[in-house]
Amino acid sequence: MTTVTPTATTAPTATVAELLSHLRFPTSGPGPAWLTQARHRSAEWATMRGFPTLKDEDWRYTRLGPLLDVPFERAEAGADHRISSSTIEALTIDAESTRLVFINGFFAPELSSMTEVPDGVTVTNLASVLAEGGAGLEPFFSHPFGEHDHAFTALNTCLFEDGAFIHLPAGSLVTAPIELVFLSEAQGSPVVSNPHSLILAGPGSRVAVIETYAGNTGAITCTNTVTQVVLEEGAQVEHYKVQDEPDTGFHLALLDVRQGPESRFSSGSVALGSKIARNEVRVRLEGEGAEAAIDSLYLPCADQHHDNPILIEHAAPRCTSRQLYKGIADERGHGVFNGRIIVWPGAQGTDASQTNKNLLLSDHAEIDTRPRLEIFTDDVKCTHGAAVGALDEEALFYLRSRGVPHEAARALLTYAFAREVLDLIPSESLRTHVDTLVADQLLTDHDATGARSDE
Amino acid sequence: MTGVSDDVREFVSQQYQYGFSTDLDTDVVPKGLNEDVIRLISAKKHEPDWLLEWRLRAYRYWITLEEPHWQNVHYGPIDYQDIIYYAAPKPKPELASLDEVDPELRTMFDKLGISLAEQERLSGVAVDAIVDSVSVATTFKQKLADVGVIFCSFSEAVQNHPELVRPYLGSVVPYRDNYFATLNSAVFTDGSFCFIPKGVHCPMELSTYFRINAADTGQFERTLIVAEEGADVSYLEGCTAPMRDNNQLHAAVVELVALEGARIKYSTVQNWYPGDAEGRGGIYNFVTKRGKCAGANSRISWTQVETGSAITWKYPGVILQGDNSVGEFYSVALTANHQQADTGTKMIHIGKNTHSTIVSKAISAGHGQNTYRGLVKTLRSAEGARNHTRCDSLLLGSDSGAHTFPYIEVKHPSAQVEHEASTSKISEDQLFYCRQRGISEEDAVSMIVNGFCREVFKELPMEFAVEAQRLLSVSLEGSVG
Repeated sequence: MTTVTPTATTAPTATVAELLSHLRFPTSGPGPAWLTQARHRSAEWATMRGFPTLKDEDWRYTRLGPLLDVPFERAEAGADHRISSSTIEALTIDAESTRLVFINGFFAPELSSMTEVPDGVTVTNLASVLAEGGAGLEPFFSHPFGEHDHAFTALNTCLFEDGAFIHLPAGSLVTAPIELVFLSEAQGSPVVSNPHSLILAGPGSRVAVIETYAGNTGAITCTNTVTQVVLEEGAQVEHYKVQDEPDTGFHLALLDVRQGPESRFSSGSVALGSKIARNEVRVRLEGEGAEAAIDSLYLPCADQHHDNPILIEHAAPRCTSRQLYKGIADERGHGVFNGRIIVWPGAQGTDASQTNKNLLLSDHAEIDTRPRLEIFTDDVKCTHGAAVGALDEEALFYLRSRGVPHEAARALLTYAFAREVLDLIPSESLRTHVDTLVADQLLTDHDATGARSDE
Repeated sequence: MTGVSDDVREFVSQQYQYGFSTDLDTDVVPKGLNEDVIRLISAKKHEPDWLLEWRLRAYRYWITLEEPHWQNVHYGPIDYQDIIYYAAPKPKPELASLDEVDPELRTMFDKLGISLAEQERLSGVAVDAIVDSVSVATTFKQKLADVGVIFCSFSEAVQNHPELVRPYLGSVVPYRDNYFATLNSAVFTDGSFCFIPKGVHCPMELSTYFRINAADTGQFERTLIVAEEGADVSYLEGCTAPMRDNNQLHAAVVELVALEGARIKYSTVQNWYPGDAEGRGGIYNFVTKRGKCAGANSRISWTQVETGSAITWKYPGVILQGDNSVGEFYSVALTANHQQADTGTKMIHIGKNTHSTIVSKAISAGHGQNTYRGLVKTLRSAEGARNHTRCDSLLLGSDSGAHTFPYIEVKHPSAQVEHEASTSKISEDQLFYCRQRGISEEDAVSMIVNGFCREVFKELPMEFAVEAQRLLSVSLEGSVG
């Protein structure tokens, strides 16, 4: 009995088809024939499947109405952008690092900077690789759609223009982190972009990648991004993500990771921006002894909605996985944790843990959490825990009794709650960068009218 | 540990002890379901018009519904037209004493270890024995009547106390609640009714014994317990069923209403026929159980020990409406062979300072699949709500599965909700420790499992705690892994 919760088949809806034709699909772009086929197959599947609804288990807390109602246009290639290099520098963590910049899903070479990478290592944009035939990349785009897929991942395959391509041959080490900057910019009308990136780490290779998502304030944009990571035997990949898109935008992301034997993958992400953000992570531990650590901090405030689905599949023996998700919901913010660990038959010696902690700071905020475990074998050690609560009254009292003003005491305790995730980031420059962003967000009163619970 | 798989096999091949069926002269309505069948059931039970109307409303709504399939259990399609919706032992003249009860029926209860005579004399428990949906013997009625407690079959209550039944029927589980509750509302044949008036502490444990007897008979019980202000009651439910090859559907509804300061404790030991080693047959136990803490300071507590049924699918829940009300859920679910269970609870916090506690212990052996699914929801009004959930799973055998699907929805910043869960196989260290001291592997496993479940067993009334422990030990004989 290997099937899990059966997903109800969604009735075919016209909306996906309408959206596709509105976005002028299919476009006859360059690229290998198999890609065109894969795009068509994805379009068919997405049309058949329809957009997710609240009745889909993985989407039950995320209302897509505000997103689907926006008449998005497809971003234009080569459209004049008003992004200056100083904007990019502000988003860059290390000025010396290799940096790829994408504007509305299109590669912007003039803003990117390529530094020396070791022999054999490829760091470039995906479109350039596909233009040369994209040998060996077919499986990344034409894999069959499964139970966990949804219309947005399929639409990304249909519509993506570009993204990063990082390939590390066996044994190569890239010491400085590679930065990927995705900017969304409204071009008069609301635009949708679909970046698609591939990170392929050969046996024993090692790399760190930082993805940054940002955009200009007040722009209505939708970023529907997919990043696929493959780790071969003994590879080590560190992945970081800073999502700081404008509060008027939408962010749908999928990080899809497959791990070979003895590989190590870690991911740290911080979600600050977007009106509706869904940061999906899927990790499949396919080789014996692989390890994954996924950490995330989400800070929905004002009217923001942050959904965090994560799926970790233990498909091989002796793998270890750890998740630490922390959420702070303020004002009318809505945070969702949707964690799932599946231990398939044969994955003996699995050690999996899942922790979700949330702070609820306002009367109008909401936290929904679903830490799920599905275990189909006996030799496992799996734990999960979830907690939702307010700031510790005693700690507040302690600080106030020592003369710390109420607001400052609250901010201090809230920041301390967030620090646990930030402290897990090993790179100091990145940690400082994220720390500043988080502190800014927590100290800014986004919504002066928002009722605070204990005032 | 080479003997392990053999032991598991031995355990899996155990025969169901209570597999027998008694030939009773039953009064059966033809197979199938339509409005005429519902009218016939209602007429046979001499029901008032409002109840028939209610049944028909439920039926008309039911035919618009689709059977749900989101649950984490798998079974073949159910043919609702192939079920006999009403079967009752032939009416007997009024019984003055237990001696007049059908001797065959008496023997059946004796086999189950629930001799009515013995129960009456020794245990001090009033038993409302239900065989095939109709109550045939009720004891201790007089003693209960003296303090004003009404404890009778649902049909009797409808006849004698319609003014008590009507306002509460469907008040916690409305007929539109879910597919199976709606079906039950349309076709329920009998069940138990219990009413504890204001300020009364029920002098004894109330208990009902369910039994599925006639082949191909789905059972659709309906239980309603109302505790008025300051009343206190403990209710026990237990069941075994005879061995049958075709699947039997059981879709019961239990409604509990606790008014201000009332306490209701509802305990269940469920040991219906689980199907054979290949997963053929067995009972489908799809039950809707819900309690409502309608008044302030009320308390509802569910305790369940689920060892039987091919499929167990139920979420006894509590609606915490009154301020300071308390909801509790303690569960032990054992799945062996090909048994499947998807069970848990729902705690809906509405009132201020409402508290709930959830303790769930799941044991999976053989090919058993055990799912905990629970919802803890605190609404914006639930200031100071508090929940603690602990669910642990124990796995015995590499083909077994344990799944946890908690849903936590919090809308008030002063609410504190905690959930913790763990899944592991039986500890090798603990086993080794016991074996080293000369305890047989089987006894060691039984001991460890009983220890694992202790937190729940201690919540059971004494009579049940003994039965539950025995049940678990019997079920686990030879199961090590």
